[in-house]
Amino acid sequence: MDYVKAFLVGGGICAVCQIIYDNTKLTSAHILVGLAVLGAVLGGIGIYEPFVEWAGAGALIPVSGFGNSIVAGMLLEVKRLGWLGLFTGAFEVTGLGLASAIIFASGVALLFDPKH
Amino acid sequence: MEKSAYEERSRYQQMVTARTPKPKYAKNIALAYLVGGAICTLAQAVFNAFSGMSLTKLEVSAATLATIIALGAVVTGLGVYDCLAERGGMGAAVPISGFSNTITAAAMDFKREGYLLGMGAKMFVIAGPVIVYGLVGGFVVTLIRLAFAGISG
Amino acid sequence: MAQKRMGAQTIVFGKPPKIIASATLAGPKERDGNFGDYIDTIVDEPMMQEATAEKAERKMLYQVIQESLAKTALQESDINYYIGGDLLNQIISSSYCARDLGIPFIGIYGACSSMVEGLGLGAVMVDGDFADNVLIATSSHYHASERQFRYPIELNIQHKQTSQWTVSGAAAGILTHQGEGPKITHITFGKVVDLGVKQPDLLGAAMAPAASDTLCQHFADTNTTPGDYDLILTGDLGSMGQQLFVDLVKEAGYTLGTKHKDTGADFYKPHQRAGAGGSGCACIALGIMGYVIKEMYQGKYHKILALATGALFSPLSYQQGDSISGIAHGVVIDNT
Repeated sequence: MDYVKAFLVGGGICAVCQIIYDNTKLTSAHILVGLAVLGAVLGGIGIYEPFVEWAGAGALIPVSGFGNSIVAGMLLEVKRLGWLGLFTGAFEVTGLGLASAIIFASGVALLFDPKH
Repeated sequence: MEKSAYEERSRYQQMVTARTPKPKYAKNIALAYLVGGAICTLAQAVFNAFSGMSLTKLEVSAATLATIIALGAVVTGLGVYDCLAERGGMGAAVPISGFSNTITAAAMDFKREGYLLGMGAKMFVIAGPVIVYGLVGGFVVTLIRLAFAGISG
Repeated sequence: MAQKRMGAQTIVFGKPPKIIASATLAGPKERDGNFGDYIDTIVDEPMMQEATAEKAERKMLYQVIQESLAKTALQESDINYYIGGDLLNQIISSSYCARDLGIPFIGIYGACSSMVEGLGLGAVMVDGDFADNVLIATSSHYHASERQFRYPIELNIQHKQTSQWTVSGAAAGILTHQGEGPKITHITFGKVVDLGVKQPDLLGAAMAPAASDTLCQHFADTNTTPGDYDLILTGDLGSMGQQLFVDLVKEAGYTLGTKHKDTGADFYKPHQRAGAGGSGCACIALGIMGYVIKEMYQGKYHKILALATGALFSPLSYQQGDSISGIAHGVVIDNT
């Protein structure tokens, strides 16, 4: 069942973005930024976390999950440090994603050249 | 004179709009759904595998994201991810593997201008805005939430 | 008015210079396209065993120039001037190639119209007795252009149906009075025309008004009609741009019918995933130096008008919200 939900929700988010891409002049960069901000907003008003609980990877993997993770980290750190947490928390959860992206991207870039 | 130039431009804009081919909506949406859904299903399998280990919820999510990011980078290196995106469109761009692809693709490309000022400086040329506006947006939303609910909320 | 002028924008040559030699070179994707049989040299590896796409483009250009010289009895030192351009910033492909050649170099930039711009300037020099032999060469490379104008190669981008694929290749021609070859009889240098297209994936649409403007001006200046030519070859409007071009020309009162071909729209086959077709400095250059010249020797065409179009913009200008300007230059090549 969790596989079905992941497929339907994750695919659904991508399909909605495709509809926007095909029907507007927005580039994919615009859409990805919009989706990340949307995830952050939904995280801020407390909707995205339950959504991830329910849909699993279908909500975690789209880039909206990245926006939500930024807010989730801030909220975690705010509990611990107060207002300072707004700054220390930004990369609390997303830091892992960014660090792994930088490390894997650097490693791959050392090994491979562009092809097509 | 000014007005006629303006009219000529807007008339031509209409001609351009009329001649712009319509995207294959149904095919594009179906492929985006399929590719995006498949990546998320794969991620769910990874998620379930990590859930079997004695990890906290946050650690499971983190490990899943790192795995998909690594896969995205490797598939990009093999020269396959752009082909996947050419067909799957947003289905390949929206998942975190696509985020990883933007960083890896930029790193591979700008490597030619040197490791420091090329690869190092320009790695986030596409992914940068997502991080910047995700963070700024998240900051503003969290600030507003705290203003209303207080720090303990 | 100057003796060799005709109408508002056209130059007519008293002693029409001849294209005594031409050479073309391109990669495997171009070989598989519709003009594949007209390309002299096919390189299997578009990167040319070089470390970067920019170096590869330069090497293609150098090689095609050597091949064009080899078809004549001329040495590098016999060439008075080398006129060339390409798409890369500060036309580095042409200027580094010129460094290796040691021929006096006149660098030009007309985006994808550079080949005809160069042919026009070269013909003026030869006709005016300012030069005996002039070399014209242009090049483009998919990887190098994609990096400069668009995105990293491996990025997850779904191209729009209207976007075009930069041709990886190079072409060269030698103009002189000595020897035999198709003659350049007229050149119509075009105005920069901008009807406000802003999207960089609609380059064909941005260039179509310029192509139509130059074509109609050419007909008016030379008092000719489409019936006077065996072929009107535009380049690189692409499938959408050529439709708009035909619409605009029809509004001006000319029907082109089957006489019109667009090198961009025809360059690749439908299954090659090239969007609206080919583009780049090599696109119409391969069309003229490959397809047209070879078909002229075969007797299929006797008199043609080649109308090369260029989109004059940079990534900086469109990011700042400027619209994309177009230009088109027309050249009449006559083998009768």
